[in-house]
Amino acid sequence: MVQEKISQQEIEYIAKLARLELTVEEKKEYTRQLSSILDYFQKLSELNTENIKPTTYIVSKSNRYNEDQVRDSLSQKEVRALSPFIEGGYFKVPKILE
Amino acid sequence: MFLHRLTAHQAIDLIRKKQITVSEIVQDIFRRIEQVDGLIKAFLTLNKEEALRQAEEFDEKIKKGEEIPPCAGIAIAVKDIIVTKGIETTCGSKILKGFISPYNATVIEKLREAGAIIIGKTNLDEFAMGSSTENSAYQVTKNPWDLSRVPGGSSGGSAAAVAADETLVALGTDTGGSVRQPASFCGVVGLKPTYGRVSRYGLIAYASSLDQIGVITKDVIDCALLMNIISGSDAQDSTSLDIEVPNFLNYCQGGIENIKIGIPREYFEEEMDEEVKEAFQRSLLVLKGLGAIIEEVSLPHTVYALPAYYLIANAEASSNLARYNGIQYGYRSEDFQNLFDLYCKTRSEGLGQEVKRRILLGTYALSSGYYQAYYLKAQKVRTLIREDFNQVFKKVDLLLTPTSPTPAFRLGEKTSNPLMMYLSDIFTLPVNLAGLPALSLNCGYSQKNLPIGLQIIGKSFEEGTILKLAYTFEQHNRIEKRKLQIEGVNEQEEG
Repeated sequence: MVQEKISQQEIEYIAKLARLELTVEEKKEYTRQLSSILDYFQKLSELNTENIKPTTYIVSKSNRYNEDQVRDSLSQKEVRALSPFIEGGYFKVPKILE
Repeated sequence: MFLHRLTAHQAIDLIRKKQITVSEIVQDIFRRIEQVDGLIKAFLTLNKEEALRQAEEFDEKIKKGEEIPPCAGIAIAVKDIIVTKGIETTCGSKILKGFISPYNATVIEKLREAGAIIIGKTNLDEFAMGSSTENSAYQVTKNPWDLSRVPGGSSGGSAAAVAADETLVALGTDTGGSVRQPASFCGVVGLKPTYGRVSRYGLIAYASSLDQIGVITKDVIDCALLMNIISGSDAQDSTSLDIEVPNFLNYCQGGIENIKIGIPREYFEEEMDEEVKEAFQRSLLVLKGLGAIIEEVSLPHTVYALPAYYLIANAEASSNLARYNGIQYGYRSEDFQNLFDLYCKTRSEGLGQEVKRRILLGTYALSSGYYQAYYLKAQKVRTLIREDFNQVFKKVDLLLTPTSPTPAFRLGEKTSNPLMMYLSDIFTLPVNLAGLPALSLNCGYSQKNLPIGLQIIGKSFEEGTILKLAYTFEQHNRIEKRKLQIEGVNEQEEG
């Protein structure tokens, strides 16, 4: 049986996993809304699915292979145009090692 | 002449007969946009300069007697979640403001090759998450039939643009009904092809096992015309399938005698507007009169489709949207302490409320301890829903349902209650879970003059059969056809 509601602590934990920073109001709002949505989703537990295989993809073929050919890819110039945070061919990010 | 009122196939015909030029039609469409888009707000970006230049180039070739592509002059609006080289693609999100793709989606390449002219990019719910186009970070699109109502969503900009004659045709995307439901609310035709029929290379991902590019048009022939252009396998999309593409235009002819149509009983156990029910029943009578055989069928797991859909779609979304982190492209927060903080602030400032809600729900469903109970459970229920369809399609050729339980609802009516909003897709999302093709077309109007949609669901890769029924129905339901009158627009005085 799945639990029925989600706590604000859980919302905070999930937000961290999802790399989201929530305001106090958002935490309250999402706790309330997700609780009622998950409550509605409880409906699924009515079904016995013990012997049912899950569907991940509709298409049954799982892999499709292309010829191993050298083709043009995007130029560095085109990719550089996507970000103002590029210096000397590198993306600028904050220091990650102290 | 009101050239913007033409369908694409009418326009191509007139161009070929040299009765109109490509420039005339493109110019007229931009005049129309100028006249009404301040009210409708369907477009996020216009591609006027390039469109007019392309039109002139085609006209020049025609004048010189040179060959032009088969569909030269089709003016098309593109949902702003399909990438277009050189034209901004925002997904209706602040996080992609200013993003200009260095490549075209495969569908865009195919359309350009066929001679289509991109008019502009249309508004949507942010990252296609929504059913009303109210979740866009930029603007709220209005329903041309009643400006106080939503156009549906998430392809609301595309559907409203087609309905208001601001383009000849449009592309949308459909993950849970996002082509069909807005087509229904705006009184136009919307087709979601079979999963794997159309390449999704260059469609920015929301829920990869459900997303499909679809078409929104004024009539069924245009729908077939566009499907001929965009269908087919693509080496760039490993989920597109190498299955023969028929000439869909060949299906636009009569002959539905003895075609077997199933009516799923469970759809009528849900809450449904009386006027939608009546319009549906009237449509059945029309089809019966044309020789179709109608029978009641059962899709017993219908009631479980909504929770299964939202768990799967949101789980996939939480994973797909992890790429928006402020590093390589898109928005980056200006104020951060370290890398983790940069990710969090960028995403929190750049993404809207509904997107965050879905990422949270999806992350929760995939998180340790809940994966089995939610995500895996939903995938198993998805199997049951597919099986339901497999069973009924042994007995019938097509299924028929209303597209949405109600006509277009009011702006703001459902924004504070996400679950209520989700319920407006209850008739469309089982189709995505099963990967089937389905089309919505107008079948009548409510007393308030709002369009009502009829949904035709087909077997995998049998879009042709759907088009045949839709075409025949369209030809015989003409009595109902009403003309759009946008509030505050004098339709007589326009150019």
